[in-house]
Amino acid sequence: MEKKLLLSAKDIEIEFTLRGKVLKAIRKCSLDIYEGETVAIVGESGSGKSVFTKSFLGMLDANGSITGGSILYDGTDISKYKTEKEWMTIRGKKIAMVMQDPMTSLNPLKKIGKQIQESIELNQGIKGPEAKRLAVEMLAKVGIPDPERRANQYPHEFSGGMRQRVVIAIAAACRPQILICDEPTTALDVTIQAQILDLIRELQKDLNMTVVYITHDLGVVANVADRVAVMYAGQIVEYGNVNEIFYDAWHPYTWALLSSLPQLGIKGEDLPTIDGTPPNLFNEVKGDAFAPRNRQALAIDFEEEPPYFAVSETHMAKTWYLDPRSPKIEQPKSIRMLREKMKR
Amino acid sequence: MMKYTVKRLLQSVLTVLIIVTAVFLLLRMLPTDYFFTEEELVKLSDQAKEDRLAAAGLKDPLGVQLVRFYGELIRGDLGTSRRIQAGVAVTEIMASKFGISMRMGLASLGVSLVLGIALGIVQTLNKDRLLDHLGTAYIIFVNAVPGLVSYSLILMFGARVLHLPSLYSVNESLRTSILPVACLALGSIASYALWTRRYMVDELNKDYIRLARVKGMSSRSIMLKHVLKNAFVPMIAYIPASVLLTIGGSLLVERFFSVPGMGPLLTDAIGRYDTSVVQACVIVYAGLGILGVFLGDVMMMLFDPRIKLVEGGESR
Repeated sequence: MEKKLLLSAKDIEIEFTLRGKVLKAIRKCSLDIYEGETVAIVGESGSGKSVFTKSFLGMLDANGSITGGSILYDGTDISKYKTEKEWMTIRGKKIAMVMQDPMTSLNPLKKIGKQIQESIELNQGIKGPEAKRLAVEMLAKVGIPDPERRANQYPHEFSGGMRQRVVIAIAAACRPQILICDEPTTALDVTIQAQILDLIRELQKDLNMTVVYITHDLGVVANVADRVAVMYAGQIVEYGNVNEIFYDAWHPYTWALLSSLPQLGIKGEDLPTIDGTPPNLFNEVKGDAFAPRNRQALAIDFEEEPPYFAVSETHMAKTWYLDPRSPKIEQPKSIRMLREKMKR
Repeated sequence: MMKYTVKRLLQSVLTVLIIVTAVFLLLRMLPTDYFFTEEELVKLSDQAKEDRLAAAGLKDPLGVQLVRFYGELIRGDLGTSRRIQAGVAVTEIMASKFGISMRMGLASLGVSLVLGIALGIVQTLNKDRLLDHLGTAYIIFVNAVPGLVSYSLILMFGARVLHLPSLYSVNESLRTSILPVACLALGSIASYALWTRRYMVDELNKDYIRLARVKGMSSRSIMLKHVLKNAFVPMIAYIPASVLLTIGGSLLVERFFSVPGMGPLLTDAIGRYDTSVVQACVIVYAGLGILGVFLGDVMMMLFDPRIKLVEGGESR
């Protein structure tokens, strides 16, 4: 079944000015988001995952701006939006976001119910007592027991996991088409993580949302995502269905990420790590940004930026390895082992 | 909550009692020569001096004097002045002076709360732009330049340009109060602006503001519904104390404009060894200061739901 394209970011470039110097945080990044799907964007800290998705909401910090590309949403290029008024047609109403740290995401001096109610009043056009009732309902929906009483409490009376449920309730109460979850479980106990992911999945089904996860936790990705985009140094270096990325990856950075998963390590052996550090984005990046950290880099990787090569209809990787002229390079053992495991 | 309030109240009363007792004891340790004028010191015989001291009760054991002092204090008798206005009851002296200081203090307070908080808000809304920098320049000027210099500037401007009277007069108290009130407000406008801006900017950088934006709230509503209230909560604790201390009068300003207020009274009394006046002043100032802190705590508790948790106050 052909899915409807909701949002299409094309060749997005984002620059930040820091003490007079320009940092190119996002370098021609493209991503299509289809209705109803769950996309995960993975990558290490500083790869630009958050910045990229924040640009869909006009939530970049004051010193950053979109300098190139387009974000098509509902036939409009929202990357050209400048004023708050324009962005307010998107924020909440169309796209909402759940942030990483539930301990600081709630106003400490406002009752929980009131904070959810605001979200309903702003976006659903329902006011007063009716909105209040819906807020309590929303609390129940995100699994807060005794919602009537809880709605009258303040954030400090909630635990971390409960607060994240409330944050999710606030975001979901906007009834957005797209919900961006920026590392929603990073700040939480491991035992709570699965519950939060389940909750988001349930709400997604109930409210017909499209969900974009930003995470560096491949475990989360495997759990929830339909499609995965791997980000490195401000670019998406590979994207595909979750199976394609986990079992048939082609970009050397994806390989490196997967091989460093503890679950794939062999007992008694050191877990592989990725050498070096990501490139400094204050400087112009030449060739494949990952080449300096890639032991099997080709000569051309240092010279010219690779284009996307199609592995399948849904799976693209931005690496010269897939060029027919490239010397034959095998996927690393761990990736092949993964595939073997899956077959069995 | 009630329990906490009562406990804090008792603590406050106890603190005042300790301060009053300490000051009483310290004053009794002064050499007794202060009791006499220079003329009397030369003329009176030692025996006559002893008799005078005994008659004033200063020869009794300290404990007896202390009990007597508290007895009088409870009856509202703060003794009589011996030097400032010889023979007049201290309460009477203070009543007239306190009224003047309080009126001026309240006037300057009203002006500075309104202007200071408004300036802070304007600065926050224009953060890092011209108006913000101008406000900061004002705050730095007021804090860096010694009070007397800026008072002189106000005086020159007020007297030369606006033709306002430069000395206070009881008969024309409204017009002559303008310049002293302006001087009093000068500093407090700066500190209220500083606090307001600081706490508002603090709040604006918090994550919950981003969540509010993400859920589609306009900057204006965020300011009104989230930032303003949250920024005032940390300020609320200080406001009563600064209010009460303003009422207590300002030494510098009152001297400068010859205002017969509370401000110069304490230093005058110390300089002239008028012990009962010193005592009364300390009681009033300590009382005002401690009442301020107490009210600050109570306000904080009323406005910040997180404080109610420590009901009983054991953990704080």
